[in-house]
Amino acid sequence: MKHLTLAAGLMLGATSALAETPVLTVYAPDYFGSEWGPGPAIETAFEAECACDLQFVTGDLMPRIMLEGSRIKADAVIGLNTDVTKQARETGLFAPHGQDTRALTMPIEWTDEIFMPFNWGYSGFVYDNTKITNPPTSFDALVNSDEDWKIVIQDPRSSFSGLALLLWVKSVYGDDAQAAWEKLAPKILTVTAGWSEAYGMFTDGEADMVFSYTTSPAYHIMAEEDLTKSAAIFEEGHYMTAELIGKIASTDQPELTDQFMSFILTDAFQTIIPEGNWSYPAKLDFEKLPETFQTLPTPPKALLYSEEEAAALRDPALEEWLSALGR
Amino acid sequence: MAVRTGTLSVWAGAASAALVLALTLGTLGAVAWRADGFGALGPRDWGYVWFTVWQAAASAAISVALAIPVARALARRQFRGRSALITVLGAPFILPTIVAILGLLAVFGRTGIVSDILSWAGLEPVSIYGIHGILLAHVFFNLPFATRLILQGWLSIPAERFRLAASLGFSAIDVARVLERPMLRDVVPGVFLVIFLICTTSFAVALALGGGPQATTVELAIYQAFRFDFNLSKAALLGLVQVMICVVAGALVFKVRLPSTSGVGLDRVVRRWEADGLVLRLQDALCIGLAALFLLGPLSMIVIEGIGGVFRLPGSILEAAWNSIWVTAVSTILCMVFALSMALAVSRLSSGAGALVEGIGFLTIAASPLVMGTGLFVMIFPFADPTSLSLPITAVVNAAMALPFALRALVPAVRDLQAGYGKLSVSLGLSGFAWLRWVAVPRLRRALGFGAGLAAALSMGDLGVIALFSNPELETLPLALFRLMGAYRLDQAASAALLLVTLSLLAFWICDRGGRVNVDV
Repeated sequence: MKHLTLAAGLMLGATSALAETPVLTVYAPDYFGSEWGPGPAIETAFEAECACDLQFVTGDLMPRIMLEGSRIKADAVIGLNTDVTKQARETGLFAPHGQDTRALTMPIEWTDEIFMPFNWGYSGFVYDNTKITNPPTSFDALVNSDEDWKIVIQDPRSSFSGLALLLWVKSVYGDDAQAAWEKLAPKILTVTAGWSEAYGMFTDGEADMVFSYTTSPAYHIMAEEDLTKSAAIFEEGHYMTAELIGKIASTDQPELTDQFMSFILTDAFQTIIPEGNWSYPAKLDFEKLPETFQTLPTPPKALLYSEEEAAALRDPALEEWLSALGR
Repeated sequence: MAVRTGTLSVWAGAASAALVLALTLGTLGAVAWRADGFGALGPRDWGYVWFTVWQAAASAAISVALAIPVARALARRQFRGRSALITVLGAPFILPTIVAILGLLAVFGRTGIVSDILSWAGLEPVSIYGIHGILLAHVFFNLPFATRLILQGWLSIPAERFRLAASLGFSAIDVARVLERPMLRDVVPGVFLVIFLICTTSFAVALALGGGPQATTVELAIYQAFRFDFNLSKAALLGLVQVMICVVAGALVFKVRLPSTSGVGLDRVVRRWEADGLVLRLQDALCIGLAALFLLGPLSMIVIEGIGGVFRLPGSILEAAWNSIWVTAVSTILCMVFALSMALAVSRLSSGAGALVEGIGFLTIAASPLVMGTGLFVMIFPFADPTSLSLPITAVVNAAMALPFALRALVPAVRDLQAGYGKLSVSLGLSGFAWLRWVAVPRLRRALGFGAGLAAALSMGDLGVIALFSNPELETLPLALFRLMGAYRLDQAASAALLLVTLSLLAFWICDRGGRVNVDV
């Protein structure tokens, strides 16, 4: 009985201590919650300066935002993808981010006042450079190649990277996209529902190439000291994706949320990104990047559709993809 | 007195069935309500429905057809390592899909062992990608499960029957006609239905091994409707289509099934005099050998991939394993409470009402986890924070998901029990807990243990409804595995997968073993 009273007392104490610390609730994609994702490091770094409790709530972002609607419990949402922000914007739940985005270190200019990028990357095909010694140097070269390369890609209906590939092909080939897919089809070993299955098939040697990011080799170099993975760089330019953060207008912690928004663009946050996310930080000077990231080859041009274009092109492009591959 | 026990168990069974209905049709209704009704299906969607049904029917038919000779061989042979083999054969069923895909590819893939052997022999390597790849994967998952359930049917034929058959000079063909076929006619339709339904909800495996978008199932369309289009009305409609597939398939199967009770015996070890001939011995050895080779190949590759790092797994993975263990314990107990009460109700209700309760028990396999998760979210969100309830919800959903499998094990056993001991119990005035203690539990031990084992193994491996309910503070092992994969750490993921499979098998073994203690009373 005594123990019970003691335990109850401790719990009460803990609750009242917590009640004094303001809580910042941020919805994030699942990878944030992982010990290997950027979440824990960001939490430690921000809590060191905010005297608050930063809590990430992880899961599928868009369904959750749409389901909760105006009763959303988040103060901010981090990790939205550039290709699907149209629906998020149309909810009207988001307030302007209020940060100066003129000095971002991204290959494109950023003028969106609602959503602010915190990381970005180029899509790309990753291959084993001990097996493929003559990698394609353009999308055309890949599509028309006589080599019997087998590629794994992701399904644009279930995966964001699959959607990025769909838009990349569309931005390179326009009206000829379906013809390009038909020529690529014999090289496509299979299509997976998510990125992990595809990448696993590549590292297990089942596929010669996998659709991923140009920064993927950095993981193998830095974490495994494995130099055999490279990304093929294409002349036409690479489709890029950025991950975004948005501030919820109805937040009950507006100052704290603003503090978090400006923390996003500081070096303390941005230096976590390369190894937390294996992508490029949105605002970090080149010389502050890890050495491996500085040496990664980069494409000559970044391709990115606006959210309206991406939303308008998605269904017709998907029809072309299904017609070309669904035989 | 007996009447009271009967009424009570019928009420308990009805309550369990109501909970299952709330989790399946209730969540579907909640999604439809949130979406203001059901959407419409396009021509592509109907193509997906057709593909889903026929690949599932083919997968289930092949799995069951192959399982019958394997189960018969296991039922009539005793050999060293037999029970270990039976336990290990349960592994494919509980593998996380990504792990299973990579394991299968290591054997049957472009650079897998089979292709290596073929090219060494100067032959063209085979391609796994296509409808045959999907069937191969689904048979890999479900053949062992079908074998286990059908074997259970064989073991339910009392040893005394085989003794009598032997003394009457029955040949193997006579035994098959008189004893085995009626049992199969009773057991096989239910097994077929369960496997058919599992295969209708497959999507990652079907897509990856099917080689592309021609292998699209309804579940993938639901996933797209949720994650990309956020079209809840379409998701709800597709979810309803899945339930309708379940209802139609269930109705057909119940029509074909011929319930039989093989009577009761003293649970002695079975000796099969009629199957002593050399030809039959060779035939059984071949069946067991081929099945073991087919199933153990990819499993061995998974062990080889994972074994190196399994003792160097970080602490967080062990913590996740611990979370999984107790979620599994809770959901297994819940599942057995649901299953036993429903099985008792099925045996005591009229055949129509009993079939209804049993049919409801199948619904959770056909229900899309995404629809269920979203529906629960819609129902809970106005009243409580869904994230803080993530573990209890996971436990209940896992219990419901495992229920159809536990029911497969329990329903035939309870029916035999009622047929064999019902009248005696009534005449002795045994009812209530005394009846459970002295009659039901000892007689149902094997089925209870097997059912609990299935429930435990399934709960351990299930990702359940994490998409909307994941709690970063409380990570389960499948979730940790999924996150390792997403963070490029495929080696560690392989080791975590091995840990997961080992824990699942251990959970299965403990429960199943518990059910077989002192079995020769």
